Amino acid sequence: MSSRQQSPGALSVRPDQGRAAVLPRNRPRLRVRRLLVDLLVYVGLTIGMVAVVLPFVYMVASSLETIAQIGALTPQFWPDPPQWTNYQQVWQQLPVGQYFLNSLIVAVVVTGGQIITASMAAYAFARLRFRGRSVLFALYLGTLIIPSQVTLIPNYILIRILHWHNTYAGLIAPFLVSVFSTFLLRQFFLTISPELEDAARIDGASHFQIYLRIIMPLAKPALAALVIFTFLGSWNNFLWPLVVIDSPSLTTVPLSIVAFQGQYATAWNLLMVAATLSVAPVLIVYLLAQRYFVEGIALTGQGGR
Amino acid sequence: MGLGGCGKSGMNQPATAPGPVAANLWHRLRTTWAEQGNYRRGDGRAAILFLLPDLIGFVIFTLLGVLGTFGISFLKWNLVRPPTFVGLENYRGLVDDPLFWQVLGNTVYYTLGVVPISTALALLIALGLNRKLPGMVIFRTAYFAPFITTLTASALLWQWIFDPTRGLIDSVLYMIGVSDPPGWLNSTAWAMPALIIFGVWRQIGFSMVLFLAGLQGVPRTLLEAASVDGAGAWQRFRHVTLPMLSPTTFFVVIITTIGSFQIFDQAFILTGGRFSPDNATNTLVGYLYNKAFVYLDMGTASATAWVLFLIIFAVTVVQLIGQRRWVHYE
Repeated sequence: MSSRQQSPGALSVRPDQGRAAVLPRNRPRLRVRRLLVDLLVYVGLTIGMVAVVLPFVYMVASSLETIAQIGALTPQFWPDPPQWTNYQQVWQQLPVGQYFLNSLIVAVVVTGGQIITASMAAYAFARLRFRGRSVLFALYLGTLIIPSQVTLIPNYILIRILHWHNTYAGLIAPFLVSVFSTFLLRQFFLTISPELEDAARIDGASHFQIYLRIIMPLAKPALAALVIFTFLGSWNNFLWPLVVIDSPSLTTVPLSIVAFQGQYATAWNLLMVAATLSVAPVLIVYLLAQRYFVEGIALTGQGGR
Repeated sequence: MGLGGCGKSGMNQPATAPGPVAANLWHRLRTTWAEQGNYRRGDGRAAILFLLPDLIGFVIFTLLGVLGTFGISFLKWNLVRPPTFVGLENYRGLVDDPLFWQVLGNTVYYTLGVVPISTALALLIALGLNRKLPGMVIFRTAYFAPFITTLTASALLWQWIFDPTRGLIDSVLYMIGVSDPPGWLNSTAWAMPALIIFGVWRQIGFSMVLFLAGLQGVPRTLLEAASVDGAGAWQRFRHVTLPMLSPTTFFVVIITTIGSFQIFDQAFILTGGRFSPDNATNTLVGYLYNKAFVYLDMGTASATAWVLFLIIFAVTVVQLIGQRRWVHYE
């Protein structure tokens, strides 16, 4: 497919000999038409992009306005002078750093845990022959379509019984395992040729060695995608923290939005400070590594959940 | 199918007794550990050790969760007093509750808005990006950005954009001479369209990336053959690209539909947890959340969860059946 990655202008003139022979006189007209279409595509995509990006610009602009400017009837995109003190004020009034730390701790542990549990189980499903494998795998698959809200209430009750509400354990435990991650990695492991392992096995390698030294390194693309989206899914998770956390010291970034709403009501400049602070880190990481996000989605068919 | 089995076993017996599936599984795992009938020696024990961490979490949080919700849906339980068995009363309560039908209608409305609009726009953008002109990476990056931003934070941003007095949209509408802008989240008629606009804004990038990947799989040779045969741009799109892309379209529609039925976070944040005005932005999951964690009615909330699952399941099955008519596999 990628053999034809020249500019489309070149494409239109040299498709194949037959066509060039049939349509010699149309060539200049075709080229003009193609240029016009390209121009139209640029204009359309630009309009769409402005619509998509404008909210972010508005968010940052609003976060730098005074409360009086926020109240003005005409929306402003260039606050003058920018009120950097808004950020100072929000940072001092609410434990923003704590929110980030909480989200970071939860996301790191959840991602690490899920990669370990899912890859090990996936190795068993993909590579080990044991009785009950198909039944167990069917059971896993059967739960794949079940929305997460279905398990919300029993999980909440379990966390209450364990007295894990308002703890990191309560935030983390239910997400250490994911049927989707297991399924995804199992599918990927199946695409890895078994020849290398057979050679290693003849050399006396154990299953654990094969898993750690052969399968895992070869599965890096899938693991990278899984790391990104598990991390993102955990970082963005709202409903579960909303249910198990009511202590400010354990509030995560998504949950902190509720705290900000309670604190600032309609002080939209300060609320936009909160939104900017929450959005910025993810956005920066994304801009630096956007290729991996996009490739990850194409690979897994799944974003952060 | 594993699911149908475990649902049935839960229906015939108390939740604690292992159903046929569980018993069967247990037997198989035991013989596995004993290495009876395994192909290679050492596989059985290794399998159990490799599976164990995942299996423990799966059983506790997924399997017990699903069965637990099913069991609790037949109880009256507020977590304070001991539960009582009420049979199907919680389900009957749902059917008799006008609010339930309203939130169901809202959720369907949201889905019918977001899925077609976001899918169509994403396809359009992907087709543009697929021309591989210079600078396309910038467009792709921008269109995808909303999808990765923290949902609640971007919902807060859009709450401000939709603000009826000073927000961006209504201010602009007012400036260009609309004397009576919709008021969005304050209006029972416009609150749901506001949610849909936000949902589309967020969803487009995700669907677009899947379409871009799908477009890589449309063979150039087929398109060239079509143009040699005299097919115009529209005909090539209609008769080559669209059919070749249909598995991707199908996947996008399924994933977006399932996601839309679960809408909650943005409705909660955009309305400050009130699902205002008059529950116009309340959804199935919002209803579930309120029942469980505001009214402490675990039975009704669990029944709602099962209804949510059954709806998603039914819609997916219908789509799977319907795909035979329009999805083209090579």
